[in-house]
Amino acid sequence: MSVLVYTESEQGKFKKVALEVASYAKAVADQMGTSVTAITINADDISELGNYGVDKVLKVNSSDLEKFNANSYANVIKQAAEKEDTKVVIVSSSADSKYLAPLLAVGLEAGYASNVVEAPSSASPFTVKRTAFTNKAFNMTTIDTDVKIVGVSKNAFGLKEHKADAAAEDFSPSVPESGVHVESIDVATDKVTIADAEIVVSAGRGLKGPENWGMIEELADVLGAATACSKPVSDLGWRPHGEHVGQTGKPVASNLYIAIGISGAIQHLAGINASKVKVVINNDPEAPFFKAADYGVIGDAFEIVPALIEKLKTFKAQNA
Amino acid sequence: MKILVCISHVPDTTSKINFTDDNTKFDTNGVQFVINPNDEFGLTRAMWFKEKQGASVDVVTVGGPETEPTLRKALAIGADSAIRVNSEAKDGYQVAKELAKVVKDGGYDLIIAGRESIDYNGGMVPGMLAALIDANFVTNCINLEIDGDNVKAMREIDGGKETVSTSLPLVIGGQKGLVEESDLRIPNMRGIMMARKKPMNVLEPSNAETETASVKFEKPEPKGQITLVDADNLDQLVDLLHNEAKVI
Ligand SMILES: Cc1cc2nc3c(=O)[nH]c(=O)nc-3n(C[C@H](O)[C@H](O)[C@H](O)COP(=O)(O)OP(=O)(O)OC[C@H]3O[C@@H](n4cnc5c(N)ncnc54)[C@H](O)[C@@H]3O)c2cc1C
Ligand SMILES: Nc1ncnc2c1ncn2[C@@H]1O[C@H](COP(=O)(O)O)[C@@H](O)[C@H]1O
Repeated sequence: MSVLVYTESEQGKFKKVALEVASYAKAVADQMGTSVTAITINADDISELGNYGVDKVLKVNSSDLEKFNANSYANVIKQAAEKEDTKVVIVSSSADSKYLAPLLAVGLEAGYASNVVEAPSSASPFTVKRTAFTNKAFNMTTIDTDVKIVGVSKNAFGLKEHKADAAAEDFSPSVPESGVHVESIDVATDKVTIADAEIVVSAGRGLKGPENWGMIEELADVLGAATACSKPVSDLGWRPHGEHVGQTGKPVASNLYIAIGISGAIQHLAGINASKVKVVINNDPEAPFFKAADYGVIGDAFEIVPALIEKLKTFKAQNA
Repeated sequence: MKILVCISHVPDTTSKINFTDDNTKFDTNGVQFVINPNDEFGLTRAMWFKEKQGASVDVVTVGGPETEPTLRKALAIGADSAIRVNSEAKDGYQVAKELAKVVKDGGYDLIIAGRESIDYNGGMVPGMLAALIDANFVTNCINLEIDGDNVKAMREIDGGKETVSTSLPLVIGGQKGLVEESDLRIPNMRGIMMARKKPMNVLEPSNAETETASVKFEKPEPKGQITLVDADNLDQLVDLLHNEAKVI
């Protein structure tokens, strides 16, 4: 009956979203008067889960699951849910979890709500608040099936510490063959990804050309941030597609979003509105971004960004 | 190869989002509807398979009569025929079930859907459809090559790309990259004329069940005032981000 949470790891270490979904699962379990069971796949040290309210951990270690595969992972989580007689499964909004959740939903005959931003407002009927219309609105949704799957939005619930046992139990599910085979993976391991980043530094057409991104990368570097861009910038080939954020690009839910030379078109804002604090740097005081941001600097990015980098370096040196 | 492109009929990206009936219904007043952008990339890639590999391309939507202009646009872009399952789209599962029936009855090999719709943003329909019809599934798809039954696809993952091999039958969740923005087609006069003569098959729904229900909508709180910092006083910005916003 426990709430089951899929806590994702990468190279054996938990992703930050894993701890956030564990915190969320604890809140749901409290509401329902039950405990939290986590399932981990090839995670090394699971003790950290005990800080976020996880009572029991089903530890799966299998070389067949070395690379993420949506079918196989969904199937393994399904077996865990059945073993635990789970009524609620919690997953994150990572690309991987969003890939596997609909497959898991059909497998468990479970209703699924994605992009959920708060703990359920009621356990019966099971009611959650999710974003819709690309962050332009929220939708209160009930999940009416016996088993329910909740996909939690990144950075919406936060980390809530809660001591618990995190008692490990080895779990050896069968791993079915998948019809999709990963041939190769190409990731820049030295770069912070938009999905994981606490801070995102993003630039638009105001930068004039790809040769001017040096200062954007430097600013990102100083802040330990990921770099992103507006849609025309990636359409023009100045930056890779993977950096395009907005309604038709990647969503951004970071703590801090810094927009440089981006006008703030509705389609851009839709994708970044879930970020907590927004800073705009633009030389046009009429740019719509000034209506959407928390902090703004009016002026030429080519002067402000290098100056800001210097100020931040000094700040880092003092606060190191 | 028989291709089915799943089209979701969504408010244009510039639409103001408002609700009526005590915040339970989306206010369509004055809203322009379009092909979901992710589906438009998929449709354009499907046209490539049609022109280069002789595939047939049908488009489908689960929706009321108001969605027909959107399907006509897809026909004008070059799809061969359109299917409309005459039912309001109520939740991801119900839509996926209706689509599964269309796929089975029509014997499609490749189903191209979008990574997510920009209205519901569920990212649910393609995966659920794949599971219901027991087809392979690749989402966040940014490249797709097909040779007989063999498929090579590329997927955007956090921080990079992944190349996968798989086979038909296949469902994909497409997005930008599948084709470039500059490859998207605007229907021309000839396409629009031809689209009028192409079949629009209206199917009665199988009344698939739902698993979730929308209770009501809310709009985000209006934004507070922006704090402007002088370009000569960036120390203040650093200070605000550190002490007030606590994000650095
Ligand atoms: C269907 C559809 C989907 C879309 N989806 C997205 C999306 O997902 N993401 C997205 O970003 N866009 C999207 N768009 C595009 C969007 O409408 C805007 O065109 C785009 O966001 C504008 O990009 P930009 O702000 O970089 O460029 P511009 O609008 O050209 O703005 C450049 C800004 O830079 C400023 N500037 C110029 N020089 C300087 C300087 N020296 N210093 C400081 N500032 C300077 C200017 O004042 C201006 O505000 C979409 C559009 C459509 C139709
Ligand atoms: N009512 C619908 N009719 C046909 N296809 C749909 C419908 N709703 C969603 N889809 C397809 O599923 C994709 C993802 O939608 P969603 O699950 O709503 O985010 C869309 O890009 C479409 O390809």
